[in-house]
Amino acid sequence: MNERKSPKSYDVIIIGAGATGAGTARDCAMRGLSTLLVERLDFTAGATGRNHGLLHSGARYAVTDQESATECIKENMILRRVARHCVEETGGLFVTLPEDDLAYQKLFIEQCQKAGIDAKAIDPKEALRLEPAVNKDIIGAVTVPDGAVDPFRLTVANVVDARRHGADVLTYHEVVRLVMDGPRVVGVEVRDAKTGEKTVIESKLVINAAGIWGHGVAAKAGITINMFPAKGALLIFGHRVNNVVINRCRKPADADILVPGDTISLIGTTSSRVPYDSVDNMEVTQDEVDILLSEGCKIAPSLAYTRILRAYAGVRPLIASDNDPSGRSISRGIVCLDHAQRDGVEGFITISGGKLMTYRLMAQWATDMACRKLGVVAKCETADKPLPGSEPEQGDKVRSTKAHIIELSTEQRASLGRHGTMADEISFDDNTADDALVCECEQVSVGEIKYAIEKLHANNLVNVRRRTRMGMGTCQGGICSCRTSAILAKKLGDKAALADLKSFVNERWKGMRPVAWGQTLVEANFMAWIYEGVCGLDKNEQK
Amino acid sequence: MEIQEKNISRDNFEQCIKCTICTVYCPVLAARPEYPGPKQAGPDGERYRLKDPEFYDAALKYCLNCKRCEVACPSNVKIGDIIQRARLKYDKKPVKLRDRMLAETDFVGSLATTVAPVTNFFLGLPVTKKVLNATIGVDEHRQFPKYAGCKFESWFKREAAPAQSQYSKKVAYFHGCYVNYNNPKLGRDFVKIMNALGYGVQLLEKEKCCGVAKIANKLIDRAKHDAKINLASIRAAVEQGMPLLGTSSTCMFTMRDEYPHLLDLDNADVRDSMLLATAFIARLVENGKAKLVFRSDYHKRITYHTPCHMQKLGWAIYSLNLLRSIPGIEMVPIESACCGIAGTYGFKKENYTTSQAIGKELFDSILAANVDLVATDCETCKWQIEMSTGVPVENPISIIADALDVEATIKANRK
Repeated sequence: MNERKSPKSYDVIIIGAGATGAGTARDCAMRGLSTLLVERLDFTAGATGRNHGLLHSGARYAVTDQESATECIKENMILRRVARHCVEETGGLFVTLPEDDLAYQKLFIEQCQKAGIDAKAIDPKEALRLEPAVNKDIIGAVTVPDGAVDPFRLTVANVVDARRHGADVLTYHEVVRLVMDGPRVVGVEVRDAKTGEKTVIESKLVINAAGIWGHGVAAKAGITINMFPAKGALLIFGHRVNNVVINRCRKPADADILVPGDTISLIGTTSSRVPYDSVDNMEVTQDEVDILLSEGCKIAPSLAYTRILRAYAGVRPLIASDNDPSGRSISRGIVCLDHAQRDGVEGFITISGGKLMTYRLMAQWATDMACRKLGVVAKCETADKPLPGSEPEQGDKVRSTKAHIIELSTEQRASLGRHGTMADEISFDDNTADDALVCECEQVSVGEIKYAIEKLHANNLVNVRRRTRMGMGTCQGGICSCRTSAILAKKLGDKAALADLKSFVNERWKGMRPVAWGQTLVEANFMAWIYEGVCGLDKNEQK
Repeated sequence: MEIQEKNISRDNFEQCIKCTICTVYCPVLAARPEYPGPKQAGPDGERYRLKDPEFYDAALKYCLNCKRCEVACPSNVKIGDIIQRARLKYDKKPVKLRDRMLAETDFVGSLATTVAPVTNFFLGLPVTKKVLNATIGVDEHRQFPKYAGCKFESWFKREAAPAQSQYSKKVAYFHGCYVNYNNPKLGRDFVKIMNALGYGVQLLEKEKCCGVAKIANKLIDRAKHDAKINLASIRAAVEQGMPLLGTSSTCMFTMRDEYPHLLDLDNADVRDSMLLATAFIARLVENGKAKLVFRSDYHKRITYHTPCHMQKLGWAIYSLNLLRSIPGIEMVPIESACCGIAGTYGFKKENYTTSQAIGKELFDSILAANVDLVATDCETCKWQIEMSTGVPVENPISIIADALDVEATIKANRK
């Protein structure tokens, strides 16, 4: 078979569109490198989309890992500035339960202050006033500058800005081969997931930002990176239980962080070692659900009678440095590898380790290395230039022109919150079809869905969900996925849209299954009744 | 497993499975597209308001509080309560003068009755209507209920009270503002029936407006103040072994359900003793404890309109059964639909069109039924239907009283 070759070649190709890859693409493009971002699935499909969404202050690492703590607090302050629309400044608490050692609090505050984290002990009564969801029996409380960050929005904003600076973006293109010229990587061969077509794309440099999958990418160049896949499970509750991040003031352990994220609250995580070949299909076990609930109820007792929407798990892309079975004592520090030095393979960089909080710094390190290798002199500006959506208010058409004419509806406010100043591009005309709601739980309009499809690389229901929160609410897509599918069908065609709908409903069900009792079970049955009973989705598949 | 059994949500709004049935039954939605509808205004909106009160949608003011959504909900979500509570908690706009005037039925009523002929004359003038429309925003199309020259309370004390001591069985009567200021005849009809059945009637030690209009117009402190006085009087009556009967479905609904749900006042000890008069009488008749004898010369073709709050109470069947037991009545059934007035809602200029659009289905079916009279247990429904169809409307108690053979009934119940 003849090899297809892309007519365009790049300075740098980045593999993996998680936060790190998207951030690296943005940084490279801003520094004038011709850039391509390739992703085998969708943005945020890996660990970026499967974590707490916690804007760490770094306090959690202060006692065990000063380096990470210092990086976190610096990035925390930067993201509040440059990614305003992805961040919610909730503040955070570290609470001591009667069963915990209060002496740890002193050490904790000392170490926080050493790392530059503003940690202050407050009266437990004051903590209860700040966050009424906290267990009223707490014996100690410390405030820290934690917050919430939306990893989906953050990543997409980076992609949008990379594109604005000339970068190209390919999703659903898997790198099947690194193109080698002797000991040098000179490009990648990608396979289009839709057509199966393979294409070779040349570049001066390839950056491996594939997270846990980076292990496999490096192997394509004959390089071994020992990744340590540590699974972390989380539960999503049906609504805001808390409005301030609640952490447990003890050595990091299971289920000790409760984060308010958009309309919901999240408890997590667990930590368990999993085999590398299972990372593509994480399922949450009953034991994990039980631990998350029983420990979670200790910090916020109301969790015991709050509806749980779903359970999910992510894989921490840590680079193994010892044999710690829990995966927690491993440094979450950033690992930026120049494979020319490490393995004698030129033109290939791996950026890994780190965490969502430090994605920007990771991108900076990788881009610094790339510029050095390409002989380009350019300053990193990602810490100063706001991301699209977080620009200063004056460009904010919807807020400035509509707000004083009519009062904004919940839906309009919700999409402003999701897209920041980018919401200007969404059609908000009242009394038109675009203003109709598709997802009622999360208040997503037809206009916003269209915007995601046209402007934000949304090619299927899962993509739309990540861009807009469609299907993430109480009904878990029961009401809105068929509506969205109808809009997508115009792009995908009926047959593909139907197959997509089935896979989406099954994906929602997968997350509901570990917590399927009470109203969540009723909801799941209602969903089955709509899609199997009324829509006959099964029947359609059989034909 | 143990933890799963425990982990069942106690939050009422979380019981919503998004089936959207409530939206189908909302009378406002079809007439006012900018209203988000019960599901979105209620359980869906609540998630957003918990995140940030800024997400409160001002369009929630269009809710009629008819509770048809709650009746429709298969998951027992108190959708109407969630919406009303959100209005009370998050809508920080000051209460307008007009809304205060409409809500203070007690105060305005006692002023108006003292000079009733003057009030009625002026309120009936087109020029007054125009002025009210332009100045404070009471819609000019509205007909105001006429004020009576003599309050029901005054009549009762003077004419009826002395005779009540002869009855061994007693009931307490909550007449409400409408009977007191506008339609004392309904109160007199109630006394006539109860006496004929062998029951003495007593008024409450102190009666205040039930508060429905104050709650709807966000005068929550005033409503609570009055509700506490009412509850104390009701408790005193119930302790003496009397049930509390009323002739307005909305007053009874408010005191039974809105007091605990919206005013956070616990009425569990007296709630079951608060009944609509027709429900009380129908139960007596059903259990063979009372007998109604009707005149043979009473003939009317009527239909019954189920007020929304009657639907929520589930008591329409009692009024219907009593009316059906009148031999001279030919009953024409119509579909249950909201009349659109919702108390003070329809009096507001900005709501007039919506109000009439909501009621259209009902008006059409009443006109098509070609009846002499419409029976209904709610006074504001009465005003709305009379104004919009021209067909006279009466409370079932008044119809029963008119058709009643008093002497024969007294005789039948003496045994």
